[in-house]
Amino acid sequence: MAITRITLPASARRGETIEVQWLIAHPMETGHRSDDQGRLLPRDIITRFECRYLEQIVLAMDLFPAIAANPYCAFTLMAERSGELVFIWAGDHGFEQREVRTLVVTE
Amino acid sequence: MKRLLVLAPLTALLCGAAAREGEQPLASPRSGFEFMTPALQAMQRSDAQNPAMLWVASGADLWKAAPANGKPACAGCHASGLAGVAPRYPAFSAALKRPVTLMQQINHCRATRQEQPAWRDESEPLLSLAAYLGQQSRGLPIEPPQDDRLTPWRQAGEALYRARIGQLHLSCAQCHEARAGQRLAGAVIPSGLATGYPLYRLEWQGMGSLPRRLANCTTGVRAERLTQDEMTQVELYLMQRARGLPWETPAVRP
Repeated sequence: MAITRITLPASARRGETIEVQWLIAHPMETGHRSDDQGRLLPRDIITRFECRYLEQIVLAMDLFPAIAANPYCAFTLMAERSGELVFIWAGDHGFEQREVRTLVVTE
Repeated sequence: MKRLLVLAPLTALLCGAAAREGEQPLASPRSGFEFMTPALQAMQRSDAQNPAMLWVASGADLWKAAPANGKPACAGCHASGLAGVAPRYPAFSAALKRPVTLMQQINHCRATRQEQPAWRDESEPLLSLAAYLGQQSRGLPIEPPQDDRLTPWRQAGEALYRARIGQLHLSCAQCHEARAGQRLAGAVIPSGLATGYPLYRLEWQGMGSLPRRLANCTTGVRAERLTQDEMTQVELYLMQRARGLPWETPAVRP
């Protein structure tokens, strides 16, 4: 279980564009570095992120080794109606993290 | 005689260099925050972007978590939080009869009130809890306690700060006072004000304490690592230098 920090407004008006931001604690080890003994550190990165809103994918991204540890991402979406936002991260060594937030949409 | 003639221009050159050094000392000490790029400043200002907030979040969990032995959680005793506490450390501990840093005090509390083993230096829980405590004082002025029992430690700290050390034979003051604002290769030399520890350093790709940062500098000048007491002495002096500046924990630095 990684620590995440998701920032989005608790409520929005219908049709409003809202910004969603997340941070996740992850080493994002590139697989190109070696330890004190000269042994290669195995790659350990997040490879995929998806955000679903009203059961539809609103953002999907593939992540690669050149991304810094504890990555941050910001994106926007249009508020349609009240519902759940599901955040899913997946990565090396079976890494999986799922978070759910509720967005209240007013007329 | 010939030798003297050769030396003369060199001496003139060195004197010239010395005169130039004195030209641009900063008028007043400035937090490392002011030397950062606008993008990095924005990262520190915004809790949504600041990666150190991940440690603050885990510190908040530790604060509320009671140990399994039935002893109280931190929140059990310090119910109203500890705002204003972090910018007053290091402080004199009557119980330990010596000055202690915030992290040492956390471990002391843990040992005596919670009967738990101390957390290792630079361990994730210790950094997290210190970041959580520090964040409660964000924006408050740094107020080192005016306690006579701290004076000899603070003076020893200043002596260490001004002493030339290591194979490069440099003191803290030579970089962080005489050359603050200038560059060491690509990096701007800050004034050496510890206003935001523990902090997130991009170079570390993680969170670290002031002792970790001091160890970076002693390694940089190829000196032996300071002992734990020496670290506390230097920290006491650094906080005295930063007096009145706003507390920034959890800060971000390049």
